[in-house]
Amino acid sequence: MKKINNDGTFYLNPYLGGVILGTVLLLSFYISGRGLGASGAVKNSVAATVNAVAPQHVERSAYYSQFAGGDKKPMSNWLVFEVLGVLAGAFLSGIIFNRLKIKVEHSPKITERRRLLFALGGGLIFGFGSQLARGCTSGAALSGMAVLSLGGYITMIAIFGTAFGAAWLFRKNWI
Amino acid sequence: MIGPIISSGIISSAWDNLFAILLGMGFGFALEASGFSSSRKIIGTFFGYDFVVVKVFFTAAIVASLGLLYLNYLGLIDYSLLYIQPTFLTSAIVGGVVMGIGFAMAGFCPGTSLCAAAVGRIDGLVFFGGMFIGVFLFSEAFPLFENLYYSGSQGSPMINSVFGISPELFTFILVLAAVGMFVGASWVQKKVKKVEY
Repeated sequence: MKKINNDGTFYLNPYLGGVILGTVLLLSFYISGRGLGASGAVKNSVAATVNAVAPQHVERSAYYSQFAGGDKKPMSNWLVFEVLGVLAGAFLSGIIFNRLKIKVEHSPKITERRRLLFALGGGLIFGFGSQLARGCTSGAALSGMAVLSLGGYITMIAIFGTAFGAAWLFRKNWI
Repeated sequence: MIGPIISSGIISSAWDNLFAILLGMGFGFALEASGFSSSRKIIGTFFGYDFVVVKVFFTAAIVASLGLLYLNYLGLIDYSLLYIQPTFLTSAIVGGVVMGIGFAMAGFCPGTSLCAAAVGRIDGLVFFGGMFIGVFLFSEAFPLFENLYYSGSQGSPMINSVFGISPELFTFILVLAAVGMFVGASWVQKKVKKVEY
């Protein structure tokens, strides 16, 4: 089931990885009635931080006030706990497959600095888009597809379709 | 037990957060073990040298869709209690396009960047930090995007109803399409020059 990667570490067979991921997603719907996500935890963290610094600002905002302020507890949220679990699960996998290492991963053709700048910019843009689309690759696309949500399929096609074109624009960073 | 077991009150909702952590652990483990902590492995899909994203993502979507339909068929889940995201056509498309650009720039999505950070990839951590800035900017600029955010509201339709077919038939077609994609991806990967990473 395992194959040896260039750097001597192991990855699961992708179809086995997909079956495990799909089973976890299915369990998530069976137990909690909802799919997996990631960007929602960032949204709640940002809303909680702004609420701690400027509570009146949160009350006045048509966006923040949906998630924070009043009796709402944005950090005691299913997605926030789930994301903590993601960190733990990935760390565990890193130990098992011997991949724990502090480094900046980048193509040898670009500098570390360039890689980090693009990672920061990409994160910023992705974060922005995830709010507009009400979820990211996991929350909107994958979990949406599992329940045959039209919006999930549309978001998935928009993300992957755009990335196919845009990757070519940024190809010097990759190949 | 008829699921979802928390919403139908079989298990107290106090347990929900514990399950969230456990499910998250499974999620993080599956992503990392499949190689999603490496941006260069993820981005391989868009250059044809590594299709792990396509294989893992669509296998997971098939397993979960088929699983939910089976549970529903066996009467083990109440489909009406599942959270189905509302569809806002315009913002789903525009948001998806914006995310696609970020994806191509950084090689991560939010979940995979967390996995990368968890195994010590500084670029993953920086991406995750960038997300906070992006989410903050969107929230602050919300009045500018409010119309876009709410436009194209469709309720919560299922994709099979758009084509006028049953969920089962749609999922069957999805499985065929995915298998076709897997075969095509393997074929392309053999033709494309290997990238060392």
